Amino acid sequence: MGVKLLLEKAHVPGIRYIETYRKEGGYRAVEKALKQMDPASIVEEVKKSGLRGRGGAGFPAGMKWSFIAKPEGVPRHLVCNADESEPGTFKDRYLMEFIPHLLIEGLIVSSFALGSNDTYIYIRGEYAWIVDILEQAIEEAKANGFLGKNILGTGFDCNIYVQRGAGAYICGEETALIESLEGKRGNPRIKPPFPAIEGLWRRPTVVNNVETLAAVVPIINMGGDEYAKIGVGRSTGTKLISACGNINKPGVYEIDMTISVEEFIYSDEYCGGIANGKRLKACIPGGSSVPILPANLLLKTAKGETRYMNYESLSDGGFATGSMMGSGGFIVLDEDQCIVKNTYTLARFYRHESCGQCSPCREGTGWMEKILKNIDTGKGKMSDIDLLWDIQRKIEGNTICPLGDAAAWPVAAAIRHFRDEFEWHVNHPEEAQKRNYGLAHYADPIHVPA
Amino acid sequence: MTKFNDEQLKEFSRLVARYPEGKQKSALLPVLHLAQDSFGGWLSAETMDYVAELLNITPIEVYEVATFYSMYNLKPVGKYMFEVCQTGPCMVNGCDDIIEYIGTKLGIKPGETTADGMFTLKTVECLGACGYAPMMQMGKHYKEHLTKERVDAIIDECRKNAAANN
Repeated sequence: MGVKLLLEKAHVPGIRYIETYRKEGGYRAVEKALKQMDPASIVEEVKKSGLRGRGGAGFPAGMKWSFIAKPEGVPRHLVCNADESEPGTFKDRYLMEFIPHLLIEGLIVSSFALGSNDTYIYIRGEYAWIVDILEQAIEEAKANGFLGKNILGTGFDCNIYVQRGAGAYICGEETALIESLEGKRGNPRIKPPFPAIEGLWRRPTVVNNVETLAAVVPIINMGGDEYAKIGVGRSTGTKLISACGNINKPGVYEIDMTISVEEFIYSDEYCGGIANGKRLKACIPGGSSVPILPANLLLKTAKGETRYMNYESLSDGGFATGSMMGSGGFIVLDEDQCIVKNTYTLARFYRHESCGQCSPCREGTGWMEKILKNIDTGKGKMSDIDLLWDIQRKIEGNTICPLGDAAAWPVAAAIRHFRDEFEWHVNHPEEAQKRNYGLAHYADPIHVPA
Repeated sequence: MTKFNDEQLKEFSRLVARYPEGKQKSALLPVLHLAQDSFGGWLSAETMDYVAELLNITPIEVYEVATFYSMYNLKPVGKYMFEVCQTGPCMVNGCDDIIEYIGTKLGIKPGETTADGMFTLKTVECLGACGYAPMMQMGKHYKEHLTKERVDAIIDECRKNAAANN
């Protein structure tokens, strides 16, 4: 059993309510932070902890906080990014549903550290029932003196509001999120200025992921140095992984980033192995936009070393032979799954979610979807594979926000590692039209656990 | 005439009060949700104009937002809307079969509404329930681990509820 800092108490009956949450030690971090620490020392602890943004980019949270501008007389804001929309990712939802006060507690401490008196949780519109859960938790916190005016007699005022989005993946990008929070279309802004200088209503703003803000609670309770001892290298603390696809035990797991990918997939404590006795073919380890890896490169790096569930190990080998930790959306594909079809559904997703601002993304995602659909249904040409490669290269790096990259990478990785499967579709149009399955041999060597 | 009732106006005021003075436009997304829920599950031009008036912004500012986000319905929908996820992880777990089954059972294609105005079938992109696939959203809640039997039961329940409310 690894260390659990976020979900250890998530299944205590009644933990959703403040009485139980406090009985289990909740809101100690608020007491400690507001009464014994000042904002600068909280930022310092978060820096020492090595906590990296859990939304996908992995940027050091303490450093992000230290960028916030403090012009005289201008309010600052903390915004919680709960727009979880990356395919394969459902960890923030889990945390908010089961242990909402952990997020609220993290938000209060972080608001104090950043000087935010009005803090917003921007949650994806589809998570409508979670809005009720969070608003109830906020009301309870207010009734117990942890929110509102003069919190715990310290003179610090803070309110938290929950704002629902309305269905747009792009709003997970922080500047698009801010636009949306201002009541506009979710079109990302050109950076600079960065939100830390000019964010919500042109005020200094920090946007952090749900899991990042929840992790501030154990960091304050145990101290940044102790937190940094968990994990390995620059992958400190614990990470929530949402595992799905063809596995026996889909769900949300908290790991301490020292376990191997093989253990994560096959151990009964986590995914419990591949479903229906099938073999592992491929995996997208960090949400749909990170590169897919065939079984052999997933379990071992190109150098033949064991691959671990952490930032450094998952990206070992770069995009040529590695992938990314991303958001922790871990999608496992068994031997029967068709890489072309899977890539097509992801390309369709990105076409649907492109905001349309930048031509390479708006046009390119549409082209990729159409070409992949043709190949998947047996109407593709061999030259289409090169065309796909060419399009994704022309999107990557040429857009205002990273959605362009996110759309390009899955297509690039699928062709890089499974080109023969694309070629098979072109060479066997009739079979490709009839079936999606039975392409196991493309994943050789398939790993069979001893 | 499209107008919020007292209770809806109270909720409107609660939403607007969250933002600093002069930034009431920030309430647009939540107010559009409220309007859609209050006026038959979709946003007519009349409804959007009313929202613009309430927030003291121009109608075009409302239209451009309403057309951007996928949860706002710009034409009437059925009493029950089945929004079935079709992205990668749901596809891997057989959502195509579920979409086809619902369509055949209700006699509609994705994007269509049954003639009696009871059901709308819509395909959507990832809703964040990948570990509980296949799934769909129905109103405020998710229906997960869908099977044909579970779809049958959900449709029966909808029909029963609709009959009981008539």
